[in-house]
Amino acid sequence: MSNMSVRGRTAIVGVGGVGWGEAPGRSAIELLGEAAIAAVKDAGLELKDIDGLCAATSTHAFPTLSVAEYLGIRPTFFDGTNIGGSSFEMHLLQAALALEAGICNAVLICYGSNQRTAGGRLVSMSEPQWHEAPFKPRHPVTAYALAAQRHMHEYGTTREMLADIAVAARQWANKNPSAFARGPLTREDVLNARMISDPLTTRDCCLVTDGGAACVMVRADRAKDLKHKPAYVLGVGGAHSHRSITQMADLTRTVAAESGPRAFQMAGLKPSDCDLVMLYDAFTITTLLFLEDLGFCPKGEGGRFAQDGNIAPGGALAVNTSGGGLSCVHPGMYGLFLILEAVTQIRGQAGERQLDTCDVAICHGNGGVLSSQVTALLGSEAAL
Amino acid sequence: MIPTQSQGPGPEAQYRAFLDEGRFMIQRSAATGQHVFYPRVAAPGSGAMDLEWVEASGRGTVYSITVNRARSGDYNIALVQLDEGPRLLTRIEGVETAPIGARVKARIAEVEGEKVVVFDLAEKGGAA
Repeated sequence: MSNMSVRGRTAIVGVGGVGWGEAPGRSAIELLGEAAIAAVKDAGLELKDIDGLCAATSTHAFPTLSVAEYLGIRPTFFDGTNIGGSSFEMHLLQAALALEAGICNAVLICYGSNQRTAGGRLVSMSEPQWHEAPFKPRHPVTAYALAAQRHMHEYGTTREMLADIAVAARQWANKNPSAFARGPLTREDVLNARMISDPLTTRDCCLVTDGGAACVMVRADRAKDLKHKPAYVLGVGGAHSHRSITQMADLTRTVAAESGPRAFQMAGLKPSDCDLVMLYDAFTITTLLFLEDLGFCPKGEGGRFAQDGNIAPGGALAVNTSGGGLSCVHPGMYGLFLILEAVTQIRGQAGERQLDTCDVAICHGNGGVLSSQVTALLGSEAAL
Repeated sequence: MIPTQSQGPGPEAQYRAFLDEGRFMIQRSAATGQHVFYPRVAAPGSGAMDLEWVEASGRGTVYSITVNRARSGDYNIALVQLDEGPRLLTRIEGVETAPIGARVKARIAEVEGEKVVVFDLAEKGGAA
């Protein structure tokens, strides 16, 4: 069975972002709505052209119903898959399949959250895990702390190595006027910040911001006629392994080790082809795990690989050039924001942080408690 | 298709009822001997409807552990791997934390009116 058939058949042609940071007085759907309108305009289309819709938020039980009503659209294709922050990378695949099958012609993928302004805490609609709840784990930091502790035990990863990941993200953020957290950040600042759950301090954890984001996808043949350089969807692969951290077979190995190869196979690419590496950095440990599980370094070596500026500006691998969830923006579910940075880099519109070459970008989304992993590969026309 | 009747308490309710009796019971697939936690209607993977209840040994090892630091007080949250195989989320009592690999022994405690399984460090040189 060949899965090359959707490679390069669709492209992201419009992107929009609103309220990254603090957007007081705005509800989640308002931020989503503004980002959606911006993305449609950026695509050179009109709202009435949108006949496909993918959405997932942490505050809407029926996300596509809410968004379609709010915007006043009547999609023929709609997908509200929610697997956590990686939902949007999966939406790329669903949208590509629907576009290729001719079920719709222009798909809007969108997200919005006002969790910073609304309460400053991560929001979740999820049911509690009954067998965990009496022990009061904190969602989701407890699970990620357990993973970090296990990785430190098995591979000698240190808190300093994790801190260097936060430092690298901040160095990229300092080149990004849209980043929420900017300014100096040293390894010691990270180590000495308030401990949340051993070994993770506040600076090992993503920001809690407001933010709306959206993108528009069309078939490739139409993409060339629109306003901007298209970002072609070359490959997408997903995997999900558990809901509860108690059921994760090995806390040091995520199923990014499955989603990555699926995406690379569809795209006909390998890790060394990637100019830009966008990895879902909900916590410093996640950047580390995905560097390993996607094949950028051997298993166990993620901490040593990321040390001393190797993934910072000027380092060997350009990782999270926006500043990531750690320093740019992170309104709860972050997957779409990775995609937006990749599109910006492919278009050559990243300003001071622009890579000299960005023909292939990997966007790797994570959801739940290392539960879902979806890898997407985007590329310029040169990568087709 | 005629839907079948579902009789009596399900696996979650049965597990809780055992705890209320002071018994830590886990499921085991008759065909494979695989132990299962959290309780399910069928063996994960095989789907075999042959899960039986067996007394857990209560012995396990700390697989990972973190200390939640809160202004209201610190407490640990641990993943303990039972000797039988499955892991559960729990707490190691009487210590702020414990090393990964520490041997532990289960007992039933009550938290906010609910019976739960917690662990103590196993006695050095003891039966654990």
